[in-house]
Amino acid sequence: MSKSTDEGAVLSWQSGPRRMVTVYLPLAIFIFILLFPFYWMTITTFKPNAELYDYKQYNPFWVVHPTLANIKKLLFETSYPRWLMTTMLVAICSTVLSIFASVLAAYAIQRLRFRGANAVGLAIYIAYLVPPSILFIPLATMVFQLGLFDSPLALILTYPTFLIPFCTWLLIGYFKSIPYELEECALIDGATRLQILRRITLPLAVPGLISAGIFSFTLSWNEFIYALAFISSSEKKTVPVAILTELVQGDVYQWGSLMAGSLLGSLPVAIFYSFFVDYYVSSLTGAVKE
Amino acid sequence: MSETTTAAVPWNPKRSTPGALARLLDNKAFLVFLCLLPAVGLLMVFLTYPLGLGIWLAFTDTHIGRGGVFVGFENFESLWYDQVFWGAVFYTLFYTTVATVLKFGLGLWLALLLNENVPFKSLIRAIILMPWIVPTVLSAIAFWWMFDAQFSIISYVLVDVLGWRDTYIDFLGTPWHARWSLVFANVWRGIPFVAISLLAGLQTISPSLYEAALLDGASSWQRFTKITAPLLMPILSVVLTFSVLFTFTDFQLVYAITRGGPINSTHLMATLAFQRGIPGGQLGEGAAIAVSMIPFLVLATLFSYFALSRRKWQQGGNDE
Repeated sequence: MSKSTDEGAVLSWQSGPRRMVTVYLPLAIFIFILLFPFYWMTITTFKPNAELYDYKQYNPFWVVHPTLANIKKLLFETSYPRWLMTTMLVAICSTVLSIFASVLAAYAIQRLRFRGANAVGLAIYIAYLVPPSILFIPLATMVFQLGLFDSPLALILTYPTFLIPFCTWLLIGYFKSIPYELEECALIDGATRLQILRRITLPLAVPGLISAGIFSFTLSWNEFIYALAFISSSEKKTVPVAILTELVQGDVYQWGSLMAGSLLGSLPVAIFYSFFVDYYVSSLTGAVKE
Repeated sequence: MSETTTAAVPWNPKRSTPGALARLLDNKAFLVFLCLLPAVGLLMVFLTYPLGLGIWLAFTDTHIGRGGVFVGFENFESLWYDQVFWGAVFYTLFYTTVATVLKFGLGLWLALLLNENVPFKSLIRAIILMPWIVPTVLSAIAFWWMFDAQFSIISYVLVDVLGWRDTYIDFLGTPWHARWSLVFANVWRGIPFVAISLLAGLQTISPSLYEAALLDGASSWQRFTKITAPLLMPILSVVLTFSVLFTFTDFQLVYAITRGGPINSTHLMATLAFQRGIPGGQLGEGAAIAVSMIPFLVLATLFSYFALSRRKWQQGGNDE
């Protein structure tokens, strides 16, 4: 991945070879280390068992006889497609729910200018700092009492607890950037508040909505501890939980199919991510800046 | 309102009087209530209430499937004499401190490297975020395989390719090896978030400051300590708070790779709370362990709050 071209040295006061050592070499090492686990995951997925456990005859960094057996086993001998559907359902529903609630809350806090708006905003920010690790035990008892145990609804209702604070803060930032004069004009023209939100503010905040949406989707896809604690039957598990608990059987780990599971479980978010890279970066940095 | 409407009839006869619902929706107090209801309602029911319930559970002897009674500080007393609990507290602090220092050191370095005018910057930035996008558990499984005692690729490189060692490293078999391996995996996953956030902060620093410093003959170290570091401090403190908070309450990585083993040496407070609470069934004791994390979290939150307010003061103070 190292780039040996020396263009764009406008603001650099270093000579070519020195820049090579101080900038490109460390950067190449960083990229190598950050990407190596993915390479290793991929190469293991396509290795037959003979190559997987024999480093003497085969170079472990390459695959001589690629095989689809691991992927085939995952797709047809486990309930992987079911897990994928469940995860998709939970991620989409909780994202839609969170965006709906966050848009209204962010609009009220940023635009309706009521007394105590800042306090509500701060409270929602603090809610983001409450981690799932201290909530899952009481939530588990609640989920049990509400009769939601082992149902995707339990996840759809609990994921918004970490999605709403994040999305609300992101959207407050976006709403702030829309000129208030636009809304005043609409008010003078006789539009109601909800018409203003639907016709003026929301269309202008579309980039913010996309950022919040894809971010929520990714966070729900990756969520682990609630899905581990609230779901018990095998076919209702989400992908991350199922791969860890269903594919690890006994003491002999099937590394080929484990890696295939990890690869296929990562691919949907990775593909999704590649389409919306800029939105991810803007929401990540936007959320930190707010 | 209605009088003006009737007065307007001659030139706008189609205008209808607003219905009761529309008028209600234009009442600001009602509208604020309606807008906040979904978000605040959900957070109250599934965040604030469970938080209180968790603190209550910590003072009861609740088990799965049967309600408990109030037992005062009994759970905390038994934890006080529990070696495993103190081991978890120690490892949580160790894990948080070491991982945070490494993440910020390396993340800042990476951000500075990216802030140089490297070609294909946006592509590199996109690639670097990958470890952070992929589900933690799944990349953790990849690390588990790389840390395998017999077939670890890291050992293979060290022993068979480079010849630096004679034996394969037992990454997850002995306590200290396992502790450092988990820290490594956490740092690997945390660097992108730190680097990309700090890069955003670096890009807001005006290049003219560096040009002025260069004209004054400042060295690159002086440019870093006198310009970059102070201007990066506000965003650094926010990112630091988030990072400390999420590392301290980490669960997935340890649960996926070691589940607290070998001999309970890598339990974090969160994994210990899970093990005692859900599979072990002792919800009261699990809740007590989780509640013990709260003082640390409050400290981190206060830190974040003051960092944020200082930032506002700085924005007001600077007239750029």
